[in-house]
Amino acid sequence: MIPSAFEYLRPETLEEAIRLLQENSEEAVLLAGGHSLIPILKARLAQPGILIDISRIPGLKGIGREDQALLIGGMTTHHEIESDPEVNEVCPLLAETASLIGDVQVRNRGTIGGSLSHADPAADYPATLIALDAEFVVTGPDGARSYRAENFFEGPFDTAMEENEILTSIIVPAPQGKIGGAYCKAAQQASGFAVCGVAVTVMLSDNGQIEFASIGITGVSASPYRASGVESALTGQAPTAETIEAAADRATEDIEPIEDLYGSAEFRGHLARVWTKRALEQAVKMAGS
Amino acid sequence: MEVSLSINGEVRSFDVEPRTLLVHLLRDHAKLTGTHVACETSICGACTVLLDGQAVKSCTVLAVQADGCEVTTIEGFAEDGKLHPIQEQFWEKHGLQCGFCTPGMILTAYQLLERNPDPSEAEIRRGIDGNICRCTGYQHIVDAIQAAAVELGKK
Ligand SMILES: Cc1cc2nc3c(=O)[nH]c(=O)nc-3n(C[C@H](O)[C@H](O)[C@H](O)COP(=O)(O)OP(=O)(O)OC[C@H]3O[C@@H](n4cnc5c(N)ncnc54)[C@H](O)[C@@H]3O)c2cc1C
Ligand code: FES
Ligand code: FES
Repeated sequence: MIPSAFEYLRPETLEEAIRLLQENSEEAVLLAGGHSLIPILKARLAQPGILIDISRIPGLKGIGREDQALLIGGMTTHHEIESDPEVNEVCPLLAETASLIGDVQVRNRGTIGGSLSHADPAADYPATLIALDAEFVVTGPDGARSYRAENFFEGPFDTAMEENEILTSIIVPAPQGKIGGAYCKAAQQASGFAVCGVAVTVMLSDNGQIEFASIGITGVSASPYRASGVESALTGQAPTAETIEAAADRATEDIEPIEDLYGSAEFRGHLARVWTKRALEQAVKMAGS
Repeated sequence: MEVSLSINGEVRSFDVEPRTLLVHLLRDHAKLTGTHVACETSICGACTVLLDGQAVKSCTVLAVQADGCEVTTIEGFAEDGKLHPIQEQFWEKHGLQCGFCTPGMILTAYQLLERNPDPSEAEIRRGIDGNICRCTGYQHIVDAIQAAAVELGKK
């Protein structure tokens, strides 16, 4: 399986990459880790004339800390995220999510920016980054702007990014306090993609009530989404088993679960409720400890 | 397009089309056929090599992406004719039958033990789950990696 022929360009700065995109917008696509794009090219599901490899642009890779947030470059690999001491300390939920992607070879090559831009409805990061209320910074010919994670995904393989834009960094807030997080997924056997993935963060107040709960769900619907019904059922409540179970029952409120060979709509709805409950239980336990 | 890379310590240059996959550069241009191709769809891991020290599926990397990098294949694994402890333990513990998955399996095991020198059985199974073996049922492979961890720990 060999892709059809293309021209390969390897810009060394972000400005050059954006200019190359603009000059060739009809036929050029970006290449990051290649672990979604190369399989597509090999299957000839796409036959772009030009690939613009952004992997050697300095500044697009790496993890930094800014006040109460983590700043992650778009070209940072899944392995770099799962193994970074700072991510593990400040935001273990993100490290755990990265560690559950595919296999080690995929995590060595694939990037967070590539995964988010590709917007596979079964990808793992979107659930977690919605739950963490992350911001995605994109840069294009008119400069930089940012999206909240939950407003970024517009459908299968579709995002709010404009043509000629590059996802340059991800800002992950890391609030302090009695916080707990969990990511639970039912995975496709061969690849590890989520048939249903639920990410939860909860914060408890000093008297043990739920100050806020934030829930992102992937794999279940055409786009990853925030489970607002679950969140509002939890806010201000004591995290009892009954409250958690009743809240989790709202995991697919206003959502039409998708159907494919990995599961029927009914099955996916069931998974979403069960995994939401389990993720909430884990997160509450962690927040209380 | 000119691609220049170090393969098992030797810098070599090739003139390839940008669409050439790294696995085909290794097998067809560099004539190193120890790296195998099976599924061609990024699943089986038979094509695994080390790229700048990281295990990758070379059927899912373009040769041009490896320009300027260091590649290690199974041919570069034994030193001065002496098998690497992981190779030795695959032999000792019957970690292979037909051997088709073995080069990829060994390079992935190398990555695993480099990052986690004393893995549990569960960590080994998770560590090699990007590599498929249709013969052994995996138990002997897990045993071989466990034994190799012990051998490497003695050094
Ligand atoms: C065997 C296998 C198993 C996998 N399992 C999982 C899994 O369990 N969970 C999961 O979430 N994913 C999984 N993946 C997908 C993997 O995480 C990919 O790495 C990821 O989806 C794409 O990242 P990439 O860097 O490889 O992007 P590429 O493949 O290089 O690019 C993907 C797309 O995004 C565009 N793009 C890339 N970077 C940017 C950017 N910075 N700005 C704008 N556009 C950009 C490209 O033009 C392309 O259209 C798996 C992949 C494989 C091959
Ligand atoms: S041939 Fe590369 S993963 Fe199977
Ligand atoms: S030994 Fe035959 S495929 Fe593994």
